[in-house]
Amino acid sequence: MTTDRRTFTLDGHDIPFDEGQSVLDAALAAGLFIPFLCHKPGYEAHGSCRVCMVRVGGRWQASCTTPAAAGLEVESTVEDLVAMRREIVQFLFTEGNHFCPSCEASGNCTLQAVGYELGVTTPHYPPFSPTRPLDASHPEMLLDLNRCILCELCVRASANVDKKSVFALSGRGPTKHLVVSAESGRLADTSFSADDAAAHVCPVGVFLPRGQGFRTPLGARKFDVEPLRVAALRRAGGT
Amino acid sequence: MTEDLATIVARHRHDPRRLVEILHDVTEAYGFVPKDIITELASMLAVPRGHVEGVVGFYAFFSDEPRGAYRVLFSDGTTDRMGGSIALLERMRASFGLQGEETSRDGRLSVGTTSCTGLCDQGPALLVNGHAIGGLDSARLGDVMALIRAEAPLAAWPRELFAVRSNIRRRDLLLATAITPGDAVSAAARRGRDDTLAEVARSGLRGRGGAGFSTGAKWGACAEAPHEPRYVVCNADEGEPGTFKDRDLLADHLDLVLEGMTVAAFAVAARHGFLYVRAEYRFLFAHIANALAARRAAGLLGPNACGIRGFSFDIELRRGAGAYVCGEESALLESLEGRRGIPRNRPPFPVTHGYDQRPTVVNNVETFMAAALVARDGASVLRDLGTRTSSGTKILSVAGDVERPGVYELPFGVTVQRVLDEAGASRVQAVQVSGPAGTLLSARELDRTIAFDDVPSAGAFTVFDDRRDLLAIIEHHSRFFAHESCGFCTPCRVGTTLVARTMGRIASGHAARRDLVDVARVARVMAKTSHCGLGLMAGNPVLQGIEKFRPVFDARLRPDDALPTFDLDASLDKSRDVTGRDDSEAHFTEEVRP
Repeated sequence: MTTDRRTFTLDGHDIPFDEGQSVLDAALAAGLFIPFLCHKPGYEAHGSCRVCMVRVGGRWQASCTTPAAAGLEVESTVEDLVAMRREIVQFLFTEGNHFCPSCEASGNCTLQAVGYELGVTTPHYPPFSPTRPLDASHPEMLLDLNRCILCELCVRASANVDKKSVFALSGRGPTKHLVVSAESGRLADTSFSADDAAAHVCPVGVFLPRGQGFRTPLGARKFDVEPLRVAALRRAGGT
Repeated sequence: MTEDLATIVARHRHDPRRLVEILHDVTEAYGFVPKDIITELASMLAVPRGHVEGVVGFYAFFSDEPRGAYRVLFSDGTTDRMGGSIALLERMRASFGLQGEETSRDGRLSVGTTSCTGLCDQGPALLVNGHAIGGLDSARLGDVMALIRAEAPLAAWPRELFAVRSNIRRRDLLLATAITPGDAVSAAARRGRDDTLAEVARSGLRGRGGAGFSTGAKWGACAEAPHEPRYVVCNADEGEPGTFKDRDLLADHLDLVLEGMTVAAFAVAARHGFLYVRAEYRFLFAHIANALAARRAAGLLGPNACGIRGFSFDIELRRGAGAYVCGEESALLESLEGRRGIPRNRPPFPVTHGYDQRPTVVNNVETFMAAALVARDGASVLRDLGTRTSSGTKILSVAGDVERPGVYELPFGVTVQRVLDEAGASRVQAVQVSGPAGTLLSARELDRTIAFDDVPSAGAFTVFDDRRDLLAIIEHHSRFFAHESCGFCTPCRVGTTLVARTMGRIASGHAARRDLVDVARVARVMAKTSHCGLGLMAGNPVLQGIEKFRPVFDARLRPDDALPTFDLDASLDKSRDVTGRDDSEAHFTEEVRP
């Protein structure tokens, strides 16, 4: 192992890192996978989904918001941690209305892929079955909030990349929900466009392009051809 | 006459950081925050409309839906319920023909609930258009209903209805020491900045908000942090069910609080302070504003404050808006900056990146009081009281099944039994110390002590005698967290609701063993993976309840149900292994096993 760069350990492996890098980003760059949902490389770490939980020197922390530091001892692929991540993903399936077999996003959905990765087979808990509206006002894009996992990626993309701030959050706790920044609450009454970064950042299937359902057949979709961990590591340039 | 929006916004200097204040004024003027006003306000403040809508939707005291001209909110605290608040609420709704949260057809009245309003010693209580009325009984509620029926304007209601009395029952160091305003700050100035910081550190003063971080270390880190200006924030957002001590401290000992804030400002070289008070304490706002004005007039605030050349410091009163999570210091800072009260990611910490990303000291009301005395009298004033790790005194809000509810100041290290004796308690089943997020003690643990290394307390001390339904209390506490979760992180947003619903089934006798296992597992997920202290502690009522009152749970479970397939204790083997723990707290004892 070279000693040019400072390192921390992840499950006993030495992980080099750049100053300012998070434990999650450094791990991915080094070819070690930690699952995540609300993070997107290049975006500021968010820390809300809690799927990327690790233990740092015995303390439970989200790896996306933990700055890498020399000498950290990080645990990730240990049974109780994986079990916790599985619980959190089950919570998300319990909270929203997720019907994979009939979902247009099936195969492209990171929530589904993380579920497979962690061995989630059922939501386990009694589903909340919330009533959530469908916004079909926009000519290019449907907004189906049934699938929203409140990761705020579209909020952040619209504010920071598109500079439009089309989306925001309201309510709190169990009533927290995505809102469209218009007095009517309708997407059509905003400057939103299907070309926006916000339209392409959703890890589930809230943003559905109109007039092209199931264009790519099931079985040939993103995570059908390249499993989540392979895709994430390739994007991070690790392997 | 409705105040014009432009006037309100101009009064707040078009500053989007003052959005919570602006929304209070809008609510005062319009009764709610109409949707077109949200649009107009966003435009005036040059922020996205969704931002304003999100802030309105976050705080319980704001709404974008019309509400009754009289908006009655019954305090839904633990002790309010013990005092019969639910029956009073139902009587009022029935009397006006209201179902649930709806507003009466004539738009006159809406009746709902709100989290504990801090009148636990003089409850049950309610808020009418934000004004507190305590001591509710059948007759008093009748008076309130008659006034509403007569459509009497609130200003014409008898003042006596709104009287909130301070209720300090025992005084020790902080509440018995007289101080001449300015003396502590002058003493700090004579000592100098560095020695004042050193003296506070030497005193062993630890944050009274519950976490117990060293005040000296916090101030020292803030003083060393670059990027001026620095800020001092007093957290008077006490919201844990059962606490009310800050109410009396702000009412009767405000000068000592402001003195402590000024000492902190001198020590860390801050120029601006905020006193963030929960909106439920509306009856204190005029008193606080007057006290600040008096200190300015006396030269204790403002340029060359307390006669110290070059030391400029002033304090601004800011209101919360019905959000328990804003008692978390970084959520409080978000609220001060006009945003949803979402706890921040840390690092960086508020001492280096606080209000406006500048170095900020955030301390509890009581911490500032103690700091003022240390500045005046030296470290020994605390060191001579309490225990080695918990110096000084603790001020407790004692309520529930006691003869003399009220505020008690006692030295750290005092036993729970001693507090019970002071307040007069018998047939004790359990004591909830520091609210639902704190510690649930059984009657076997009354020899334990109030101290940071035994039973820490932010202030609440609620007593349940053996006639109380503990499962209903645990369910109620679980519902409180579901209501107050900010919703940022998955485990707390979903877990608090799962726990509340499952506890509801358990308490009502509709649950099996499997549900008990599930509820404990969800509570542990929250305790390990949540983003902030609220979520990390939200499972405490259930976990401690199961640990200490297992027979109470068992007696309510359906006996004919399947056994659990998940062995909780065995699932902890790895955790115990990696953390090197094998103590009783690291086990679901054999009691949990079927």
